[in-house]
Amino acid sequence: MTTLAVRRRHLPFWPLSAVAGVAWVAAWFVNLPAANWLAYDLLRLEPGTHLGDAVAFFLYDVPKVLLLLLGIVTVVTFLRSYFPPERMRAALAGRGTVPATLAAAGFGIVTPFCSCSAVPLFIGFVEAGIPMGVTFAFLISSPMVNEVALVLLWGLFGPGIALLYMAAGLAVAIVGGLVLGRLGAERWVEPWVLEVRAGGGATSLDLRLSVEQRLRDAWAYTRELVGKVLPYVLVGIGVGAFIHGYVPTDLVAQIGGRDNPLAVPLVVAIAIPLYSNAAGTIPIVEALLGKGMPLGTTLAFMMAIVAISLPEFLILRRVIRARLIALFAVVVVVGILAVGFLFNALNL
Amino acid sequence: MKIIEVLGPGCANCQRVEANAREAVAMAGIAAEIRHVTDPREIVAHGILSTPGLIIDGTIRSYGRIPSAGDIAMWLVE
Repeated sequence: MTTLAVRRRHLPFWPLSAVAGVAWVAAWFVNLPAANWLAYDLLRLEPGTHLGDAVAFFLYDVPKVLLLLLGIVTVVTFLRSYFPPERMRAALAGRGTVPATLAAAGFGIVTPFCSCSAVPLFIGFVEAGIPMGVTFAFLISSPMVNEVALVLLWGLFGPGIALLYMAAGLAVAIVGGLVLGRLGAERWVEPWVLEVRAGGGATSLDLRLSVEQRLRDAWAYTRELVGKVLPYVLVGIGVGAFIHGYVPTDLVAQIGGRDNPLAVPLVVAIAIPLYSNAAGTIPIVEALLGKGMPLGTTLAFMMAIVAISLPEFLILRRVIRARLIALFAVVVVVGILAVGFLFNALNL
Repeated sequence: MKIIEVLGPGCANCQRVEANAREAVAMAGIAAEIRHVTDPREIVAHGILSTPGLIIDGTIRSYGRIPSAGDIAMWLVE
């Protein structure tokens, strides 16, 4: 159907993808020996010294985190393209509060969502008659069980911690959504939002995209994301390397330790202004865990970083009253503190 | 004269779609008017929840992604 002067210049897509995949795997396996060789042979640093360990950690961690981000975010973004918010809305509309809340928290894992879409999403949910608590369950779960955080956790600490984090995040989203719904969140929605009437919502929005198109989109998104977070990742790994090489284990264990009841609130307070720097924070978390920071404190730190977003609160202010935003924040913070204390108490 | 509507609150992604649409108009060499729809009620009325969206002559062409100038040009001349 195309007769035209408009032509798309495309590199051969599939061969290129295959080459990229092989290069990724090769780089992954070469990374550790290469970093050790650079640090200990080329730079002639002593293994076991503060400086040597810090430099080796940095040289190993930068490519590792970058490879993880590039490879897995591309794959995750590709998979997520099959679960757009429009599809989620259709799945949630007309369900009971509890099943819809559970499902909305689950959709938070797979549905791509950018906080700049928060207002249309919010209005669209109201329009479909979806209870407010369900919407909040999604708004909590979506950034918290965020693909970047999850992927890096999996890659750096293994599936155990990643799955624990996911379960804890889902629990906070579900309980938070149910609590906000119970509190009658509808009262604090701006009146004009409730007046929105169903418009072309019935339009079929199934624009079929090819696999290639989805992969291209995913790769474009990943490139942009990595470009954006790269400075934070470098700083984060630098700080992580310093902690790894120089900060004594006793100090971390003492401050962040299980016996210090203020550790969890303290890390949450530190984390709140760090929003959107999840990728940069994970290397710090990695180093802290290695130095004996208990898991509960660490998970609470990560969750607070990704889940409490001041920019998103400002965007949501267009559709809901400040009172509800404050309540939303309080519920999320309480949930995160509970996760921190619980995991510390369980001594995992 | 084609009517191109870019739906979105004005974030960076929406602006990129608008820029791609302008480039596409130049590529296709046709007359077109580009409008930016920022009212969330109007966006939702089209059934779109994930911005940016792109509508050409009333047909939804994409949403929740950034179509390339080449893609948009293809839709314009279709």
